[in-house]
Amino acid sequence: MLKQIEGSYAVAETVAKCRPNVISAYPITPQTHIVEELASIVGRGDLDAEYVNVESEFSAASVVLGASAAGARAYSATTSQGLLLMSEVIYCIAGMRLPIVFTIANRAISAPLSIWNDQQDSMALRDAGWIQLHAEDNQEAADLHIQAFKIAEETHLPVMVCMDGFILTHAFEPVDVPGQKEVDSFLPPFRPTNIVDPRWPRGIGLFADPRFYMETRYILHRAMEKSEATIKKVSGDFAKAFGRDSGGFIKTYKLKDADVVVISMGSLVGTIKDLIDQLEEEGKKVGLLQICSYRPFPRKEIYNTLKDKMNIVVVEKSISLGRGGILASDVRWSFPRAEKKDRNISSFIAGLGGRNITKNDLRYMVEKVEKEPVELEFLGLKKELISEKDL
Amino acid sequence: MNQSAEELNKIEKKDLFSSGHRACGGCGQALAARLVQDASGENTIACVATGCLEVFSSPYPDPAWRIPFLHSLFENASAVASGVEAAYKALKKGPVNIIAQGGDGSTADIGFQSISGMFERGHNVLYVCYDNEAYMNTGVQRSSFTPFGARTTTTPMGNTTRKKNLPLIAADHGIPYVATATVDDFRDLQRKVKTALSIEGPKYIHILAPCPLGWGHHGELTVQICRLAKDTGLFPVYEIIDGKVTNARKIRVKVPVEEYLKLQGRFSHLFKKGGSPETIAEIQKIANHNIERFNL
Amino acid sequence: MAAAELLSIAAFKDGKFSQAFPSFGAERVGAPVMAFVRIDDKKIRTREDVQNPDYLIVQDSNLIGSVPVLDGLKPDGLILINSEKKPEELQLKTTAKVETIPATEIALEIIGRPIPNAIMIGAFCTITGLVSLDAVQEAIMGKFPGRVGENNVAALERAREIMQKR
Repeated sequence: MLKQIEGSYAVAETVAKCRPNVISAYPITPQTHIVEELASIVGRGDLDAEYVNVESEFSAASVVLGASAAGARAYSATTSQGLLLMSEVIYCIAGMRLPIVFTIANRAISAPLSIWNDQQDSMALRDAGWIQLHAEDNQEAADLHIQAFKIAEETHLPVMVCMDGFILTHAFEPVDVPGQKEVDSFLPPFRPTNIVDPRWPRGIGLFADPRFYMETRYILHRAMEKSEATIKKVSGDFAKAFGRDSGGFIKTYKLKDADVVVISMGSLVGTIKDLIDQLEEEGKKVGLLQICSYRPFPRKEIYNTLKDKMNIVVVEKSISLGRGGILASDVRWSFPRAEKKDRNISSFIAGLGGRNITKNDLRYMVEKVEKEPVELEFLGLKKELISEKDL
Repeated sequence: MNQSAEELNKIEKKDLFSSGHRACGGCGQALAARLVQDASGENTIACVATGCLEVFSSPYPDPAWRIPFLHSLFENASAVASGVEAAYKALKKGPVNIIAQGGDGSTADIGFQSISGMFERGHNVLYVCYDNEAYMNTGVQRSSFTPFGARTTTTPMGNTTRKKNLPLIAADHGIPYVATATVDDFRDLQRKVKTALSIEGPKYIHILAPCPLGWGHHGELTVQICRLAKDTGLFPVYEIIDGKVTNARKIRVKVPVEEYLKLQGRFSHLFKKGGSPETIAEIQKIANHNIERFNL
Repeated sequence: MAAAELLSIAAFKDGKFSQAFPSFGAERVGAPVMAFVRIDDKKIRTREDVQNPDYLIVQDSNLIGSVPVLDGLKPDGLILINSEKKPEELQLKTTAKVETIPATEIALEIIGRPIPNAIMIGAFCTITGLVSLDAVQEAIMGKFPGRVGENNVAALERAREIMQKR
């Protein structure tokens, strides 16, 4: 049903319809509305699930790990500090091939303390063996959760649905929250294959010495690569069942004749699209390549889609301190060095700690790369806050 | 360090935790924090956990702290304070009052590992817990300090677990001083802080700090609610010195728990039509048990 | 934010696209809070803060002295302030149109609590015609069933009467 609803509530209602058996989460801004609404849904009997109020995120992740290992469809949500605190468990869950789904309400990382949006948190766990999907708006955020459970259970890989904290979680906008029947038709009951059960005794999470560990990582890496097909198929099936495009690997906007291509992910994509339309009216041709699946990384798609594009600019809400843009690095790697082309791939860091990103900021970025490539620039940096002795 | 009775009972006002912070009007914790810092004096280092206190008092560029302030994470204030103490020992600096401070989560839940370690290793640190009985900063979700029957955003039907007893857990670590206090009795609270700081080793003070927003009552009722918490027996006030409960505040006239519960929105569901007399009876049992156990 | 939510839900019920979200620029816990609303006939995609509003709704007139409330407001915009004073008395330095309504007082009278949201949104919609009052009423009843909703709707009515007389 289409309603004007806060992003968090749209996600909570949708997750509830996916019929998780066990939910365990620890409150942390800006995920709180999601977990509170789920507590209400369970409390009033609209969802038959065990809701475990734990004492920390580390325990929340541990509870869902145990639940999934025992055959339950399990769900949690966290962000920033919470995600980092549970990082050990995040790696465990992937290593154990448990099909758990998490919402990550993307938020900046301490120190200094920030409750506001950027994507440093999910970026910090990009190597852990989880599928990472990024939502453009609240409709996609809700839809991706339904797809996530299906993808996870088919690939035996855990999935993080990333949505920008506050910008999406706390925004009211129209969302078509699917009905229970539609979700049930799309998402069959969970049929776990790798569980602890006295009927079929097996060990999960054994100790692997150097003779065996390496192959587990190879298998996991290959599984991540293979999940590309599932991610695309589920998105396609979703479009057929629900009548709208959501998820998938990448999406493009006005790319055909674009002289400059912007690459980004998450809610910033919306602002970029508005700018592209504005620039089009002024006679400028700019296009967008939007990444939905960040892990596995759509390397081939990026190369195939952009191989004739010579001016690419990546704008991201994350940074690898001491190296530069993370998404930018991934994009630069998508184009083989052997290819002799004069392509510019510029890197901009924006919106860290919730810094507002305006169309003017993005316009400045486009105009700059039209003139020259940018190795690394922080968009909208306030020079007045930085003194010589800081550097 | 032996202080005279006069010094112990003097109410200190030094403004080391200054006004102009961003706490809600009527905040029990803000008041308690001010009393604690003033009782300790300028020679204090505050190691504060993430929570209401830290969020409303320490935003750049104008924090309320006029003493050194160190904030790391939600769960590690005790461990961080342990580190500060170790540095002072190693560098042969000091003496200095090191006060680790936090609310429900950083004391009893996510910070439980950290505080237990600090107690067990015997660091010369005072831990002050501001107990507002839920995770207020993130929006009133339940904690292990949430009392039985209380409504929070993650226990919308009423909390079904009993309040964890950190003072007794602290005492069972074998630490030399534990005390409970309420935010309405300035003299008693500050006396306990000064007493604690005069003792070597880990100390724990647990302060009941009502949250008008989260508990659902007007700010002017804070004092009354503290008194009722004590006089019903739901929040016993006492000291534990070297493992022995002493100075328990006796209840002159015992008050039935309803008098306390009915003033707060978080318990209003117990009194509504089709309410819950069984829950109220259960809460009364908890109060009775406290009265017996601490001989109130 | 509650007022912003109400307005955005009402706009939705009128068949428009709407986006509402809290701001974190000057936000302080328990003190001044700002929220943004966008209303359009087509899907809203941008996520920037609203820096050049057409309309400004000020729920607490005390903010005007202490926070740069008027910054960015379009020169031909409209500012609606919760105040018992007349617009001229506020002496605001702006070319935008200024309107006032004693929303808190009305709220206390009709709803019994100093919550001015329904009155402010009602007055706003009456002046601008951006969103229909029927839609606001539906939004109110959807969020506050029972007597609370009815009281808010009555307050909405009063706001309409007052603004229509001007």
